[in-house]
Amino acid sequence: MEQITSLVQIKGIRDGLLATFSDAPWEDQRMALLAQIDDRPSFFQGARLAMDIGSQILKVNDLVDLRDHLSERSVILWAVVSESPTTEQTAQLLGLATRISRPRPEEQRQFADTITDDTALFVNKTLRSGTRIEFPGHIVVVGDVNPGAEIVAEGNVIVWGRVRGMIHAGSKGDRSAFICALDLSANQLRIANEASAMLKPQIDPKPEIASINSEGRLQAELWHTG
Amino acid sequence: MTAQVITVTSGKGGVGKTTAVANLATALAADGKKVVCIDGDIGLRNLDVVMGLENRIVYDIVDVIEGRCKLKQAMIRDKHYPEMYLIPAAQTRDKNAVSPSDMVRICNDLRPDADFVIIDSPAGIERGFRNAIAAADRVLVVTNPEVSAVRDADRVVGILEAEEKGSPALILNRLNQALVRNNDMLSAEDVLDLLGIQLIGIVPEDESVIISSNRGAPVVNDPKSRAGQAFRNIAKRIQGQDVPFMDLDLQSGLWGAIQKFAGRK
Ligand SMILES: Nc1ncnc2c1ncn2[C@@H]1O[C@H](COP(=O)(O)OP(=O)(O)OP(=O)(O)O)[C@@H](O)[C@H]1O
Ligand SMILES: [Mg+2]
Repeated sequence: MEQITSLVQIKGIRDGLLATFSDAPWEDQRMALLAQIDDRPSFFQGARLAMDIGSQILKVNDLVDLRDHLSERSVILWAVVSESPTTEQTAQLLGLATRISRPRPEEQRQFADTITDDTALFVNKTLRSGTRIEFPGHIVVVGDVNPGAEIVAEGNVIVWGRVRGMIHAGSKGDRSAFICALDLSANQLRIANEASAMLKPQIDPKPEIASINSEGRLQAELWHTG
Repeated sequence: MTAQVITVTSGKGGVGKTTAVANLATALAADGKKVVCIDGDIGLRNLDVVMGLENRIVYDIVDVIEGRCKLKQAMIRDKHYPEMYLIPAAQTRDKNAVSPSDMVRICNDLRPDADFVIIDSPAGIERGFRNAIAAADRVLVVTNPEVSAVRDADRVVGILEAEEKGSPALILNRLNQALVRNNDMLSAEDVLDLLGIQLIGIVPEDESVIISSNRGAPVVNDPKSRAGQAFRNIAKRIQGQDVPFMDLDLQSGLWGAIQKFAGRK
């Protein structure tokens, strides 16, 4: 028992409890977490739980299943922090937070250090209200970005679809980042720390690219081929 | 018989979920189907009122879960359709008295003896919503032509997709063509365009809905009501029949939008 429970560390943080997982198999850790809760039900009753699941790759069913088991024990899962973009996306799709407030010194990193290569996150679906996708590189979406959805990329954002949600490119300060989309009627665009006013929805939308112009303002222009 | 379990949900409150459940169940029963409705709105039960069965409640769903009665004892038979039943919500408990696995278990017990199990969901995306969708084979999302309702519906569709419940079908309720014509209301096309899911019916704004709800007699029984007709059509579509969409002064674009999403899974 001692051995199992130490697979998952639980401690108090400002927003409730934080369970930190190791690299051991997911099923073992899941059992360990539930066992710890079952050991002290009154301590966990009504608790808000965040999980740091390291680099484990979790699918929707894994998280839904654990969340339901937790909720049967009156523990509310509200956040999942992960180094795996897949897991992070899963959590975001389920409406869970993927950032928790705790001192993280690396948060102050300069932009130049963070994008060392040109990695991109590829999202092959429409992002609906309540979804927030954050990625320390570029983000490519094949689908729409609906009102109430948010995309935050340290690099560029490309949307093969309609943008009506919030997009922030160059989120760590890169003023050369750009946003392009088949239809950019976004309710808010941001590049580095410049924001655009609401763009008018167009009757006959054409592909556009938004970037910071020579006067330092965020501006969208039609995409010219050739 | 193996019942199909259909959950009616919305995200935003007050858009017409309970109205839709009562009317669709009644229309299916009128078509000779055996239907069991479950009120999943624990603590705020009102499906019984809309169905006119509130005086007959002895046991509720929490009594079944906690073993105080048998499932059959909590099934209230409808006054007009002997093949339609309601399992009421508990009024004095909260959503935590029910878990997703309880719902799955109850629905599995109902499946062999019914054609349809229709679950009314509470507003929101919390525990009660998850209970309501846990056993669903099919989900109907109800929305109104209103920006905030559509945004919440979009959120719910996203969660259903993420939970691999398949793409839900849309009921657009309380559409008022006069307002749409004056550009004072989102059109059906605007809503479909944003949600990108299959449309299963448009229900017009119709005061006979409110009148009949208050009388505990669902509006589908009123042959003159346009909303009643719309619910009867949706019930036919649920049974797999191809019923043309009602003439609601449809704008040209709507047909394209309906066709575009009709084939999507
Ligand atoms: N098509 C319609 N025309 C006119 N009134 C309607 C229509 N549909 C629903 N209503 C009215 O809207 C109100 C809310 O409906 P209902 O209770 O079905 O919503 P709900 O989604 O179940 O609400 P809740 O989230 O609180 O459970 C009721 O008064 C109902 O009579
Ligand atoms: Mg209701």
